[in-house]
Amino acid sequence: MTTQSVPLLEARGLTVRFGKVAALDGLDLIAPQGEVLAILGPNGAGKTTFVRTVATLQRPTSGHLRVRGHDVVRDAVAVRRDIGLAGQFAAVEPTMTGRENLEMTARLFGHGRAAARRAAAAVIDQLGLGEVAGRRAAGYSGGQRRRLDLGASLVGAPRLLLLDEPTTGLDPAGRREVWDAVRALAAGGTDILLTTHYLDEADELADRVVVIDHGRAVASGTVGDLKASAGRDVIEAVLADPSRLDAAGQVLRRVTGAQPRLEGGGRRATAPAAGGAGELAAVIGGLADAGISVDEIGLRRPTLDEVFLALTGAQAGGTGDAEAPAQRAATPAADHATAHLANGSSR
Amino acid sequence: MTTEAIAARPAAVTRPAAPPGVIGSSAEVMRRALLKYFRTPGLWAMGVVQSVLFLFAFRYVFGGYIQGGASRYADFFVPGYVATIVLFTGGGIAVAVAEDRAGGFTGRLLSLPVPRLSIVAGRAAADFLTNGWSILVTVAFGFLFGFRLGGTVTDGLAALGLCLAYGAVFTVVFMVMGLAAPNAQAAQGMSMIAFVFAFISSTYVPASTMPGWLQPFARYQPITPMVDAVRSLIAGSSGDVGLALAWSAALLAIFTPLAVLGYRRG
Repeated sequence: MTTQSVPLLEARGLTVRFGKVAALDGLDLIAPQGEVLAILGPNGAGKTTFVRTVATLQRPTSGHLRVRGHDVVRDAVAVRRDIGLAGQFAAVEPTMTGRENLEMTARLFGHGRAAARRAAAAVIDQLGLGEVAGRRAAGYSGGQRRRLDLGASLVGAPRLLLLDEPTTGLDPAGRREVWDAVRALAAGGTDILLTTHYLDEADELADRVVVIDHGRAVASGTVGDLKASAGRDVIEAVLADPSRLDAAGQVLRRVTGAQPRLEGGGRRATAPAAGGAGELAAVIGGLADAGISVDEIGLRRPTLDEVFLALTGAQAGGTGDAEAPAQRAATPAADHATAHLANGSSR
Repeated sequence: MTTEAIAARPAAVTRPAAPPGVIGSSAEVMRRALLKYFRTPGLWAMGVVQSVLFLFAFRYVFGGYIQGGASRYADFFVPGYVATIVLFTGGGIAVAVAEDRAGGFTGRLLSLPVPRLSIVAGRAAADFLTNGWSILVTVAFGFLFGFRLGGTVTDGLAALGLCLAYGAVFTVVFMVMGLAAPNAQAAQGMSMIAFVFAFISSTYVPASTMPGWLQPFARYQPITPMVDAVRSLIAGSSGDVGLALAWSAALLAIFTPLAVLGYRRG
């Protein structure tokens, strides 16, 4: 690892406008080196614009952005030498073999022929692509393709890896492959910036999370910080009989004074509990009085989903972007699979 | 695959000492575009099939009806078709450029420390060569279908050189269309405008045979002098060559900066 004194990323008042629309609207952010940073936010929040600006593909309209101390406008070539970009679209050439793709990208990073061959071979080993390296990428599985794309961003030994929605559209096995690769890279000392709208992904991979909404950072910190800062614990009840879900919701609303979230068609009801264990006892009593039997009930820390909703939902006030959190609110926080489907269909 | 199986950043991957040069990186961009073209049968074969069908139709279907007879007509339209072949293959260039952008390849290139000029130059060089391939195949079939040189072989080669140069010029024009289009389908549609210039010109029939209201467009649009210049060279004269080169230079001067700007847009 190089000097820790220069921040990995430093954004001040970073603004990117497309006509009248501000994709980034005065974003302030400082991230240290040596961490995996996840940018979370609903669709349209500005995540991809931020990554594109870090990657020097998008010029800021105003404000500043430094990557490891290099200004993205004045010192773009220095930034480009420090970064590797892999994206939601796996930018591999399907008619070329995995090895050809990697060697080409290595040459474009500035490697000579022999060094490009060595870098490609090393990355093939590193990402477990040995068996398929000689085949054209057109025949790769989704996970293999994404790993090759990831590999292409690594052949120049970047100091910061940019991953824009690295697992979007992958099946669970493909996601797992990419997660393993990302974890190994982070363990090997590569700094990583990733965007995702999968909260479990941020939970799995990130040391630090920045939540952005409407082009601004609305919260940042470690995953634990964020969960703690949302403060209120959550009462979660799993009912024996799904038909009593609405009735259970009424009990939760009466006791906590908050709007409960009901798992549509399921058995799970949750509500934030400002009053802690006292409220839990009241809910248990209320449910018993109403004759609603529960399989499980308890008090727990909020999930990242719930924190995210609390942060972005509160700010979303009626614009187009509000749709994403609203849609998510209808899905159970604990059921990640359902949340992914909701995300997938809204894209 | 487990985490343990993946080594940490391997020692063999070093950081390049310097960003790549213009020539080397252009060559890589070109090589990738050529590999894509020649490894996709739909791309390289389409040029061949299209040319053969065109030559066949004009030589054997329309040719008999056209004054002077089909074999003399071959001598008229084959040079015209070869000169304008890039207008028919150019749609493929626009589509490839639009697909590279939509598919993330252009973004990847722009995020690398590659000189921006190399991105345009590499692409243009590849398209120049693929267009050259279409031209050579078409010329070969042209001879097979009855085309004969009126003048010397040297004159014929000069004419061929001019056709190749037009390829380079229009490559950049179609590149700009591909960059301006929101997606590949739109790029395909946009490139159809080239057909208007190809057909309402002296390529297939002399402009003087067209209705009076159409003649000004047919005479003064750039394709007509370009085609006439190729015919002149084959016949051993240099009429219209100056005008054709002037048009070529003007188109390059307008569209090259647009292509560089279009790529910078990301």
